[in-house]
Amino acid sequence: MNLELLLPEMIIAGTAVLVILLDLFGGRRAVTIASLAGLAAAFGVTISMWGGDQQFIFNGLFALDGYALFFKLLFITIAALVILASVDYSSRFKSSAGEYHALLLIATLGMVLMAAAADLIAVFISLELVAISCYILAGFLKDRKSTEASLKFVLLGGIASAVLVYGMALVFGFTGETRLAEISAAVQGLSAASIVGSPGLLMGMVLMAAGFGFKIAAVPFQMWAPDVYEGAPTPVTLFLSVGSKAAGFAVLLRVFFSAFSLPQALSSDWGTIFAVLSAAGMLLGNILAIQQGNIKRMLAYSSIAHSGYILVGLAAVGMSASASAPGQSNLLFYVAAFTLADLAVFTAVIIISSKLNSDLIEDYAGVGRRSPLLASALTLALVSLIGLPPTAGFIAKFYIFTAAARNSLLWLIILAVIASVISAFYYLRVVKVMWLNQPAGDERITASPAPGLALAIACAGILLLGVAPALLMKLVEAASILGS
Amino acid sequence: MSANYLSALLFLPVTGAIIIVLVPRLSARLTRYIAAVFTLVPLVIAVCLFAAFDRSASMAGAVQFEQSFAWIPAINANYHVGVDGLSLPLVLLTSLLGFLVVLISWKVEQKVRQYFFWLLLLETSILGVFCSLDLLLFYVFWEIEVIPMFFLISTWGSGRKEYSSIKYVLYTLFGSAFMLAGILSLYFATGSLNIIEISQGGLAMLQSVMPAAPIFFLLLVGFAVKLPVFPLHTWLPDAHTDAPTAASVMLAGALIKMGGYGMIRVCVSIFPQVAQDYAPLMLTLATIGIVYGAAVTLRQTDLKRLIAYSSISHMGYVLLGIFALGELSLTGAGMQMFSHGLVTGLLFAITGVVIHNTGERDIGKLGGLAQQIPAIAVIFTIGGVAAMGVPSTCGFIAEFSVFLGAFSSTAADGVRIFTAISLTGIILAAGYILWLLQRVFFSPALEKFNAVHDADRLEKAYCAVFIVLIFFIGVYPTILTDVFKLGIEPIAAFFGG
Repeated sequence: MNLELLLPEMIIAGTAVLVILLDLFGGRRAVTIASLAGLAAAFGVTISMWGGDQQFIFNGLFALDGYALFFKLLFITIAALVILASVDYSSRFKSSAGEYHALLLIATLGMVLMAAAADLIAVFISLELVAISCYILAGFLKDRKSTEASLKFVLLGGIASAVLVYGMALVFGFTGETRLAEISAAVQGLSAASIVGSPGLLMGMVLMAAGFGFKIAAVPFQMWAPDVYEGAPTPVTLFLSVGSKAAGFAVLLRVFFSAFSLPQALSSDWGTIFAVLSAAGMLLGNILAIQQGNIKRMLAYSSIAHSGYILVGLAAVGMSASASAPGQSNLLFYVAAFTLADLAVFTAVIIISSKLNSDLIEDYAGVGRRSPLLASALTLALVSLIGLPPTAGFIAKFYIFTAAARNSLLWLIILAVIASVISAFYYLRVVKVMWLNQPAGDERITASPAPGLALAIACAGILLLGVAPALLMKLVEAASILGS
Repeated sequence: MSANYLSALLFLPVTGAIIIVLVPRLSARLTRYIAAVFTLVPLVIAVCLFAAFDRSASMAGAVQFEQSFAWIPAINANYHVGVDGLSLPLVLLTSLLGFLVVLISWKVEQKVRQYFFWLLLLETSILGVFCSLDLLLFYVFWEIEVIPMFFLISTWGSGRKEYSSIKYVLYTLFGSAFMLAGILSLYFATGSLNIIEISQGGLAMLQSVMPAAPIFFLLLVGFAVKLPVFPLHTWLPDAHTDAPTAASVMLAGALIKMGGYGMIRVCVSIFPQVAQDYAPLMLTLATIGIVYGAAVTLRQTDLKRLIAYSSISHMGYVLLGIFALGELSLTGAGMQMFSHGLVTGLLFAITGVVIHNTGERDIGKLGGLAQQIPAIAVIFTIGGVAAMGVPSTCGFIAEFSVFLGAFSSTAADGVRIFTAISLTGIILAAGYILWLLQRVFFSPALEKFNAVHDADRLEKAYCAVFIVLIFFIGVYPTILTDVFKLGIEPIAAFFGG
């Protein structure tokens, strides 16, 4: 047993414990620095593993492949940027700083494990680790709205987990295996007629899709998202929107690709399911976002819509799972680009809203005059979310649509591009309010160093990926080969 | 190394834009000079490229000043720029207007740095559309243009500026959404993003069964919104009317030409067969655009809106020329794009001066200005005469080639009938122009305008540039037609004319 292969996970877990202890002696600052240092160490160790052999560890419980490493790097980066972005905000929490950081780190640990999980049991355990930490984090403000958000999240999340477990149990019942590779072998051992003729297996698949759909806020399992996003502390909303969503996609893609990609009849079945979910998400998310007055609620619907765009990639994977280039890399690229843009948007919102003391879009009037730099950064991030060049969002959309075009999903592309036109309307409304409306006050809004740094990193990433995406594309191509 | 000149031309304006934003505490005066320098140099380069362009017959269809290197290897996308006979004149036009609009904007006092930032960014994006030979790069530049225009209209515009700017953005994005789907299908069908390669390889490159007509129409919608083609034109009057003068000049002069250019470059040259099959449909829309546009123009009471509507009619000629599919008519379409850029550019510029100086834009309330502001009246009259297509102006040559080319074309069915109906557009144009001139300038003088200033030296100077070019091209059109021909010949060859 090679324990050193789990070194990043152990470092994160150790840092979480350390942070709680440190909270007793050191101040808020020490806690932040310790968390960042732990994440940096985990990041370094993960990078050193890049390019190594694909292998399964702990009796096939976890996979160690380019795919897992890519997501581990992504999650660690997200966690670090979220911690940076919440430096000022966390002073509002009534509990101590240690608790907040420890919970974030534990959730990150869960996400990192999710990226590698190659067994249904590991999938479920790591998923719950993330979910339970996030339930607590959502209620961290301990005011009315935050508590309500947390409670809703727990109740609906619990149901989703139950559905997921039920689906897993059915799949186990019909294949007798929990390891993804073994499930795939068992499914391929069945004749095509018996797969179609066994509603139990298909039912298991559909229930699992529903359970994961909840985690990624795909329509029609998105009900929780707007309320939780609005009520939760904004840094936690950011974490949910990029971190736990990306983790959901990581595990969703791995489970369906590794376990159910063959035979083709089966994978095009779930490909169609995800195509429909994707279309519903893009349209509903974008249309409902239009009427939102609260920027966090608007971003919740935007996040639902973007889950729809990412599902375009998953649908393409399903349609061509047996082909040579099924399109995982396109999906990974989109996840990375969306993560950057959403990080930038939320970080800017954290900075601006805490100065304005309001999350209402109308109160953003004149931010362009009060802080041209922050408003420019937010504008850039919103433009990336619309998917206009020269930003990462544009390349990501183009790239994920090429996967769909290869698989004759032209109808889905047309729906997706129409949905992006709809989305331009509400994103640009924020831009308009910021730059064209008269400000309520003259006081300048400035970013403190830590959130400012997080924002600058995210914005630089957006521009870099928009102008020179070749680098990341090479990376995601390398990461798109899943161990089996 | 001549290729690098084209890239320099392309990126100089945006470099200026970045300098304007990054240098702290830049004075308004210095900002204007920086903007002028960073648009004048591209203009000089464009003129040099135009002079150095190889016009020999053997260069027909060949791309010159080409530069290409891998941009995103994973999807086979390249940074690939170059110009041929079709795009070079439009590059020249855009860099000319890019410089002139800086002069036109000299009196802008509000948020000067932001203003010139967007104006320069706009120029690069339009130039990029005309120079790109890679579909993804083309689309990138096509989309970048939306943001500067949104800010220019919504911040420095007048009237219902916020409504107009968002309408402009949504229409454009709606069109380009379809275009994106079209580009993706084309990419999927051929495995290439190289425009030249695809149009030369033709249907032989199709690797999979994908009907050509849907792809053609997906792409066409994007271009049709921009040109604009009836019934997708309703953004245009609003955007032109409410935009600041310089943005109107850029919009009417260079930006909507992207639509006509895209139709020839992408739709017609890649799908000649489909273009021929659906030519009657497009010719019908062109005819409706010409006649309906001109008729609506007659009824306008707002000075700027009137010129905006006349653009719809004039762009109808471009569409007519393109889908008549003859060599002469396609050349005429190119000439009409260039000529309209100059004429409408001049009209919008001088209209801006009239509105600025009199503070009035309602035609009914203006009158007899010829006595009070004679210089403006002369300039406006020359612009109007060119818009009517009077001989010796560039408008005449352009319209004449379109009509002659369309009438003699054998490629499209029933083209003569459409041409004949379209001719009424000329009569209507004479009607609305002369009526406008009479109402605004040549009626009895009104006392309230006695104190109105005439055009100042700067305004006279940039108008003089427009006027000289209008007459120069009107008298010596060969300088442009020779170049256009080189780009058009290979396309027209498919239709046997």
